[in-house]
Amino acid sequence: MSPAVAFLIGAVVLANIAGALWLIWWTARSKDPAGAGAQTTTHVWDDDLTEYNNPLPRWWLWLFILTILFGLGYLLLYPGLGTFGGLLHWSSISQYQAEKETAGQALEDRLAGIKTESLVQLSHDPRAMATARNLFALNCSTCHGSDARGAKGFPNLTDGDWLWGGDANTIYQTIAHGRDNAMPAWGGALGPDGVENVLSYVLTLSGRLPEASRTAGMTAQIEAGRGTFKTLCAACHGPDGKGNPTIGAPNLTDSVWLHGGEIEDIRETITHGRLNHMPAHAELLGETKVRLLAAYVLNVSEAANPGRAAGAARPASPGQPAPAAMSPR
Amino acid sequence: MIASIEPAAEQGLYASHQKVYSREVSGYYARLRVAAVAALLGLFYGVPWLRWDGRQAVLFDLPARHFRVWGITFFPQDFILLTALLVIAALSLFFFTALAGRLWCGYACPQTVWTEIYVWMERLTEGGRQRQIKLDRGRWSTEKVLRKTAKQALWITFSFLTGLTFVGYFSPIERLVAGAATLHLGSWETFWVVFYSFATYGNAGYLREQVCKYMCPYARFQSAMFDRHTLIISYDAPRGEPRGSLRHGKNRRLGDCVDCTLCVQVCPTGIDIRKGLQYECIACAACIDACDGVMDKVGRSRGLIRYSTQAEMDGRPKQFLRPRVIVYAALLLTAIGGFTAAIALRVPVNVDVIRDRNTLYRVIDGGRLENVYSVRIINKDRKRHEFRIDVTGLPGASVDSDRAAQEVGPEDVKTVVIRVRAPSAEARGAQHLLVVTQALDAPRLRVATPATFLFKAS
Repeated sequence: MSPAVAFLIGAVVLANIAGALWLIWWTARSKDPAGAGAQTTTHVWDDDLTEYNNPLPRWWLWLFILTILFGLGYLLLYPGLGTFGGLLHWSSISQYQAEKETAGQALEDRLAGIKTESLVQLSHDPRAMATARNLFALNCSTCHGSDARGAKGFPNLTDGDWLWGGDANTIYQTIAHGRDNAMPAWGGALGPDGVENVLSYVLTLSGRLPEASRTAGMTAQIEAGRGTFKTLCAACHGPDGKGNPTIGAPNLTDSVWLHGGEIEDIRETITHGRLNHMPAHAELLGETKVRLLAAYVLNVSEAANPGRAAGAARPASPGQPAPAAMSPR
Repeated sequence: MIASIEPAAEQGLYASHQKVYSREVSGYYARLRVAAVAALLGLFYGVPWLRWDGRQAVLFDLPARHFRVWGITFFPQDFILLTALLVIAALSLFFFTALAGRLWCGYACPQTVWTEIYVWMERLTEGGRQRQIKLDRGRWSTEKVLRKTAKQALWITFSFLTGLTFVGYFSPIERLVAGAATLHLGSWETFWVVFYSFATYGNAGYLREQVCKYMCPYARFQSAMFDRHTLIISYDAPRGEPRGSLRHGKNRRLGDCVDCTLCVQVCPTGIDIRKGLQYECIACAACIDACDGVMDKVGRSRGLIRYSTQAEMDGRPKQFLRPRVIVYAALLLTAIGGFTAAIALRVPVNVDVIRDRNTLYRVIDGGRLENVYSVRIINKDRKRHEFRIDVTGLPGASVDSDRAAQEVGPEDVKTVVIRVRAPSAEARGAQHLLVVTQALDAPRLRVATPATFLFKAS
C-alpha cells in the first residue's frame, strides 16, 4: 500500500466517523421553525400527513455515541487506518499461526504415547489409526483416493506393489521427503516403429500376447523390441523387466500399471515419457503426523492383503488377461 | 403528578426517560395474567430439570451439535424443522393478533412476564405506586437505602437464576448449578450466565415498556394484522364523556367516566387509554380491571373500558370469522399438520455420499469400472445400528467395501469408503445411481441417496 493510499484510507475512515457524529447531532434537533414545543416531527407526506413526535429516550442517543467510541477504540487497537497496525499488533496471519500452533501442540500432547511405538506397532493401534484416517483424508486422499487405492498416475497403496519399497522405513521416507520419478520419452529416439517393437516386447513381459496367438510379423516385432529393451530400458527396469526399487523403476512383469495398462496407455508412456512427483511432507506436517501416516499406509496395505506383510516379495503376477482388442496395432 | 403522560413543554427528538410507576391492579384480567406468568415461568424454570431416559429431557448441546428434546435428538441437518417451528410461531402470532389483538404482548411475552415479576418484587420492597414515587423523590435515608438494597438483592438473585436456567438449556443443568454453587463454572458458561442475568436485570428492571415502545419490531408490525373487527382495548367515549368527578358533576350532566385516572395509573406503558388506541398499548387490560372496580364502587355498569372492536364502537355488529382469520387459521393448521407429520415420519439417519473428486474412474478387470465414494452415515438414533450399503438404479452395479456391515454408534457419525463397480461396455458419461443405506435391525431406517457414477466419456 503506497503512503498516499494509506493516508486516503485513514482519512476516509475518520471522515466517516466524524460524519456519523455530525449526523447524530444534526438529526437530534427538531426542525420545527417554531422552535421548542414541537408536537410533530415536521415531516410531511402527501400534502397533509404528519407524524407525532414521540421522542426517543435519551439513553438511545448515548448508544450511538458509545458505538462511535467503540469504533475509535477498535481503530486504535486493531488495523483499520491505512498502514497503522494497531496497538495490539494483531493480524489474521498471526492469529492463524497461533491457533495452528495450539492445535498442533494439542495433537502432539494427544499422541505423546505413540512416540515410542514402532511404525508396525502403530499400525495396529486403533486409536492412532482413527486419527491417521482423518489425516489421510485431509492430506493424501486427494491423489491416492479415499480408499487409498489410487488413480491413474497416483499409486495404489493397498496392492502390495511398491515402486520404492514397502517396508515401514521406506514408506516413512517416501512420505517425509517425497519422491521424484521420471520415465524418459523414447518416441523421438526410437521412431514410431521402434516404439511399437518395444511395446510388443513389454506386453509379453506381463504374459500378454501369448505365443500361440502371435503372427510371424509380431514375433519379429517382439524380437526387435527385446533388443532395444536390453540396451535401453534394462538400465532402469532391469534385464528381466522386474524393475528396481532403489530408483523407483516399476516392475513391468505384473498387472500393476501406474499410468494405465491398456495398449494406448503403454504406448503413450514409451513415446512421451512420464513424470511423477510425490511431495515431501516432513516440513508440512511434522514428524508425528508423518509417522502416523506411514503407519496408516502399512495398515491399509495389510488390511487389503491379509497374511502378507507389507513390502514382502511381490507375488508372481497373474498376468493381465489380454482381450482381443488389446493387441498392438 | 403524572409527568409521563402529558407531553413536556419542551420536546426535542430525544427526551430523558420518565419512569412509569404503575399502580397494582386486581381483577379478572390481572388473575389471567398471573396465571399465564406462573405457567410460563414454571415451564421455563422447570423444564431443564426434567429427566427422560436417564438424561436431561431438553438439552441443546451446541459443542456436540446434538439437540435433545425428550426422546428425539435433532442434528444440525434437521434445522429445516426449526424453520417450520418458527413459521408456526409466526402464523400463531398472525392468527391470534387478527383475532384478539396483542394477546401475546399482554400475557405471554417474556418481556411482560419478567417485568411482572420484577414489578412485584419492587412493590414488595418499596411499596405501592405512591410510596415508590415518594421514596424516589425523597432524600437518601436508612429506610431508602434498605428498601433499595432489598430490591436490588431480589432483582439480582432472580436475574442470576434466570441466566443460570437459560444456560441450563445448553449445558447440563445439574452440573451447571453444582458448578455455580462451588464457583467452578467454565469461562463460556460464566460469560453467558452473566450476560443473560444482566439482560434480564436490565430489561425487566429498568427498560420495561421501553423495549415494547422503542425496540420491539412485533409491537409495530402487529398493527398490520389489525382490522376493524380485531379485539382492542377501548374506552367507550360516548358513554364516558364528558368526564368529571362525582362531586363536581352534581350540577352538570356528565358521562360515566369519573376521571379518577386509575386507568392511567395502572398502565404499565404510561398511556391514557381514553385518548383512543395507541401504539404503546400492549393490551394488558389492567385499565379494564381498574375501571371495572371503580364502576362497581360508583354503582354503574362495567365495561366503560373493555375489550371491544372498532366496528362495535362504530355501532356495527361484531364479526369474529373474517377471511383474514380463516386464512391464518388454515395456514396455521396446515403448518402444524406438516410439522407433526415431519416429526412422526422422521428417519433418524442421514447419509451424505461424496464421490472422490480426483479419480474419475478406475479400470478394473473384467471390463468394469470403479468409482469411489465416501459415505457419511449420521446415526441420530439413540441406539447403535449396523448398516449395509447397496446401490440401485445402475445396471450391473455392485458395492465393494472393506466391511460388509458398517457399525455406527448412537448419535454418532461415521465415514466409510465404498467402491462401486459397474460394467462399462454400454454405459458412457455420467449416470445416476442411488446409494441405499439400510440398518440391519430396523427396516424403517433406510436412506436412499442420489449419486453420480462416471463412465468413460465416449
